[in-house]
Amino acid sequence: MRVKRFMHLLLPMVGVVLAVLAWWAASVMIPELPSPARTWQESKIYILQPLVKRGETDQGIALLAYYSLLRVAQGFLLGIMIGTPVGFLLGVSPLLCRMFDPLMQVMRPISPLAWLPLGLVLFQKSETAALFAIAVCSMWPTIINTMVGVRAIPQDYWNVAKVLRLSKTTTFLKIIVPATLPYMFTGYRLSLGIAWLVIVASEMLTGAPGVGGFLWQEYNSLIYAHILLAIITIGVIGFVLDRLMGLAEARLRAA
Amino acid sequence: MPFIEVARVTKSYTAANGAIRPVLRGVSLSVQRGEFVCIVGAMGSGKSTLLSILAGLTRPDAGRVVIDGEPVDRVRADAAFVFQNYSLLPWLTAQENVRLAIEAAAPTLARQEQAARARRALEQVGLGTAVNRRPSQLSGGMRQRVAIARAFATDPELLFLDEPFGALDALTRETLQQDLVRLCSSTERPVTAVMITNSVEEAILLADWIVPMLPGPPATLGAPIRIQLPRPRSVAQLAHDEEASEVRAHVIATLTATLCVRARGSSMASPQDAIAARRLAAEESR
Repeated sequence: MRVKRFMHLLLPMVGVVLAVLAWWAASVMIPELPSPARTWQESKIYILQPLVKRGETDQGIALLAYYSLLRVAQGFLLGIMIGTPVGFLLGVSPLLCRMFDPLMQVMRPISPLAWLPLGLVLFQKSETAALFAIAVCSMWPTIINTMVGVRAIPQDYWNVAKVLRLSKTTTFLKIIVPATLPYMFTGYRLSLGIAWLVIVASEMLTGAPGVGGFLWQEYNSLIYAHILLAIITIGVIGFVLDRLMGLAEARLRAA
Repeated sequence: MPFIEVARVTKSYTAANGAIRPVLRGVSLSVQRGEFVCIVGAMGSGKSTLLSILAGLTRPDAGRVVIDGEPVDRVRADAAFVFQNYSLLPWLTAQENVRLAIEAAAPTLARQEQAARARRALEQVGLGTAVNRRPSQLSGGMRQRVAIARAFATDPELLFLDEPFGALDALTRETLQQDLVRLCSSTERPVTAVMITNSVEEAILLADWIVPMLPGPPATLGAPIRIQLPRPRSVAQLAHDEEASEVRAHVIATLTATLCVRARGSSMASPQDAIAARRLAAEESR
């Protein structure tokens, strides 16, 4: 049992070490790629002073992450606030579902890079355009999972609603929503993942301060170590977000 | 005039491939107010379909159902339903499940009063200590008690029971059967009950009338058999009682005789028919 737990921690560590070794090997062969040691040397000021603001984009990594997370939170909330009711509607009405399903399948694979210019045209402001792109890209999993969740409600529960002659409102609040909740949360988790993917693209295009904006600016300033710093930060935050949503989901299923 | 009047009801389902599968044909039945009727038949013979037509959950293709002088076209306010699979909402406690029925029936009643009534209904079935438990924390028998409490909580005149004890072990089944009899006789107004079962024993224990369902497809109803055994009845007493044995023999003979006729009559039935019937049965049980 103890050995098992030890391996549980050890094996991922071995994986990380191997990846860093591969990175180091690559940096030896490709001179433009900063080695792990050099990346640390050039980035440690951002990590060790995570909350210091030196300039518009020259800020500690925690501050940059905070701006990005704030933007993601807004876009994500907008996305699920639109996606959840739409998902319920499509789930309840086969007619609406047939009407909009093909459209949805077409819009779903459109890249955030494609939505962003449209957002800029529509709203004239880069910040609003970024939120628009995040919301539009991240709402699909919420719509689809909510819809599937409503469809998956067992006939038993519909029978309870009919037999007890529950009103439409009561049926919605006491049966449809609780029965769909686990599916909804799966949708939210996937949506949040996409929202976080979109943030980098939209910050790169709009130049807004944040992890993605930082990445793009450092690329333009030819400080490649900071690109790696930004990439690692994006990965770690994405992982933590997914884990947190996973925990919330598990909580919900247990209740 | 009978309380429940079913006249020449016919029902078919259309399968996914467009084939039409008849389920019920020319089904007629009368039930007087306050009677307990058991429809007995094999699994998948169309009993559940008939019950959901009576309850207003399903529309018949032809024929009519009249209850208390009104044609049935939706679920009646004075009717309650108990399903085989309990049909409790897993995210609500026992008390909340029962309260939901009360709230739907008496929305103007204060929440506290609704909760108090729900609690009383649960106490009636011996679940006074389990009011705050969720269905997943209750045994099968306890869940069905909650479902029965929910059915009686709204003081129904009509009770539809779809194999309510089918999934329970023998001991639990017997105590619940007795609880059901007690609850039916303890209400202020007489309760008229239509129950589906595949157990002749259960039907003899509970029913005033046993109606055999002759398997199809399409299924039809046989002549009702009057059960005039004195009440209260118990399984133990029925096992030894001579009159009960006669009734049992008669019911079984009727059921098997009609089954044999059916079997001979349908010897031309194709395997596809049998498969379709089974699929239909599976759909129905869902």
